[in-house]
Amino acid sequence: MRVIWLQAAGCGGCTMSLLCAEDPNVLDLLAGAGITLAWHPALSVETGAEARAILERAASGEEVLDVLCVEGSVTRGPKGTGRYHILSGTGQPMLRWITALAARARHVVAVGSCAAYGGVTSAGGNPSDAVGLQYEGAHLGGALPASFRSGSGLPVINVAGCPTHPDWVTETLLMLAAGTLGADSLDGYARPRFYADHLVHHACPKNEFYEYKASARNLSEIGCMMEHLGCVGTQAVGDCNIRPWNGNGSCTRGGYPCINCTAPEFEEPRHAFTETPKIAGIPVGLPSDMPKAWFMALASLSKAATPDRIGRNATADRIRVPPTLRKPKP
Amino acid sequence: MTELVVGPFNRVEGDLEVHLTVRDGRVAEARVNSPLYRGFERMLDGKDPRDALTITPRICGICSISQSAAAARALAAAQGLTPAPMGEITAALIHAVENAADHLTHFNLFFMPDFARPAYRGRVWHDRAVARFTAMEGSAARQAVEARAALMHILGLLAGKWPHTLAIQPGGVTKTPTARDIVRIDTSLRAFRRYLEEVLFGAPVEEFAALATPAALAGWSRGDAGLFCEVAADLALDRIGAGPGRYLSYGAYPLPRGECGFRGGLWQDGALAHVDPARIAEDLSHAWMLGPSAHPHDGATLPDEDMRDGAYSWCKAPRYGGQVVETGALARQVTDGHPLALGFAAAGGGGVLGRVAGRLLELARTQLFMEDCLASIDPAERFMARGPIPAEGQGAGLVEAARGALGHWLTIEKGRIARYQIIAPTTWNFSPRDAGGVPGALEAALVGAEVGEGEVTPLTVQHIVRSFDPCMVCTVH
Repeated sequence: MRVIWLQAAGCGGCTMSLLCAEDPNVLDLLAGAGITLAWHPALSVETGAEARAILERAASGEEVLDVLCVEGSVTRGPKGTGRYHILSGTGQPMLRWITALAARARHVVAVGSCAAYGGVTSAGGNPSDAVGLQYEGAHLGGALPASFRSGSGLPVINVAGCPTHPDWVTETLLMLAAGTLGADSLDGYARPRFYADHLVHHACPKNEFYEYKASARNLSEIGCMMEHLGCVGTQAVGDCNIRPWNGNGSCTRGGYPCINCTAPEFEEPRHAFTETPKIAGIPVGLPSDMPKAWFMALASLSKAATPDRIGRNATADRIRVPPTLRKPKP
Repeated sequence: MTELVVGPFNRVEGDLEVHLTVRDGRVAEARVNSPLYRGFERMLDGKDPRDALTITPRICGICSISQSAAAARALAAAQGLTPAPMGEITAALIHAVENAADHLTHFNLFFMPDFARPAYRGRVWHDRAVARFTAMEGSAARQAVEARAALMHILGLLAGKWPHTLAIQPGGVTKTPTARDIVRIDTSLRAFRRYLEEVLFGAPVEEFAALATPAALAGWSRGDAGLFCEVAADLALDRIGAGPGRYLSYGAYPLPRGECGFRGGLWQDGALAHVDPARIAEDLSHAWMLGPSAHPHDGATLPDEDMRDGAYSWCKAPRYGGQVVETGALARQVTDGHPLALGFAAAGGGGVLGRVAGRLLELARTQLFMEDCLASIDPAERFMARGPIPAEGQGAGLVEAARGALGHWLTIEKGRIARYQIIAPTTWNFSPRDAGGVPGALEAALVGAEVGEGEVTPLTVQHIVRSFDPCMVCTVH
């Protein structure tokens, strides 16, 4: 399976994260599955004229293109020209290269939330008029139209995340190579369901604090970060705590909130990222699929029932009170 | 006379285009274009100051923690907040892991693969370069990505994930490590040391770190570092790509009581001076940016939508006291006073060899630094200090990314970000010309580079460009 990878208006962090793949390393993993990176901006030897030739042969259809991976969002500015990002050496906006190559590709994969929905590159006033490949934020239709389908009949596959977990990218490619990723493998925002059917909340080590709404008030305290510190792990899709990052990590394990980086428009939460918005002291936002009245009732009940251990640990920077030991009856 | 446009220029982080005027088989003039503008400074206007900690790391996926560290320092300065000492040491360790990983990535994946090219067939070292460094296939590439991924486990434990962590805060770090974390991190550091000693240096890191002269380095024959030294001697890599001879470092890894991991300074003509940030200004004469030349506390980022003629890059041209400076691992080792780096500096910098050797030297010394940091972490202490965000305030965060001096300048008004300006390492190194027509560090370093008959993407130019380890996504941001 022949892959061309382009870096548009992004940070390159999804590639850097991809290099953290383990067991096996990313080079062995791809080679072992017959996946060839025909050109990758960080990894290939070809530069300048050699690289242009690879892109031109793919764009003309002279050479087959199984997968086009795009990392980074697509700039349309200034004034709709796309010239905030000219693909160097070609004189042509990246926007135009992506359109040309997508038309030839059997599959198109948006790697990361920038390529999928616009992401952080479109934050604030969106200075470069950036969009995702097939979405503008949560709205269908981006650099490519809503009706776009690649050669395989699939829309752009959105491996969203900021950055992407290395396995989200490698497993998407492995499933494409194996022919096991179809339309029903994608969720309502075209994200692969193998990771998007989970919530960041699943297997979060703060679950016991969450059960009692025993909350951290400041960063570095170990309680649940939903009530005060902006954590939206109960709404955000991703298997980050089931399949941790860089060995044993995740945002919540690192002591900072989940900011929903797999979702369209996560870059503009309309409040500070690390502060939960509240109305009359009550946090706004509900866990996914939870009826509000039940959530309120259960939260106030469980809060009242918070065991001393959990309440005291929640606002400490380490476990101060260990679980009570139950000794067997003599 | 021939005009060449080199791009897409890969195995650098981000997108880069180099325009060359070639006369009599040599580069007579170079113009460096950073072809991507995203506008991060504009995005931050009006936001909650704390949001800089989420947004600025996403400028760059390879220097993400450096951006975090700079944002956290700028906020702390505006708050008048002193980080908890243990938080500061832990942040230094987190940052050092990223820098070590970046040096490793650069050497193995970005820089060395060029020596496996068929153009060097017949050289006595070529077969070994092919076996070790062929892009995506060489045995060194595989070993390096595995060692790097394993080293990053330290970031999984201390920073949640890499890149794009929120663990580094103005007052310290969000995660208080436990005694169990410390022994795991120690295990990861030992594994990384083993990789460095068995593969990269072929000797104890202390031995490589003790190299005191360019001549001693030239005699190094062990590990991949030895292969590089052999290639460098054969191709005379010390004679290409000379820099401006002025080295800037803000000082790496701030530690409690005003200490730091590698001391900063401005080195020129054998003398080291303190860095006075007031002497920094960004010139916009050849950038597609509007407005006057300004210090970053007064600067603005207003892109020229018409991309006027005469300008040729989205990159501004920072100058220190009106002069071009070079920044990076070699600069850091020079200002820290390491004899090997000073030896290169005294001999004109050592060109491509000097920069790559500076990085290898720093990798060895960073291993020692990381071990020292870990040894001084006491899990019983506090790792976070707190303070309110002021309604009005100003602060600068000056840190060292793998690629050199990184500065964030922040102004807060009415509790919101009123101005945010960033100068990244490659903004210094790959700047366009200034109003006086003086080329940036890379532009000058390329002049005189050999262009072989029929070469359209000259190899010498590639070596020089990559020797700077540019990060183009940081450059314009």
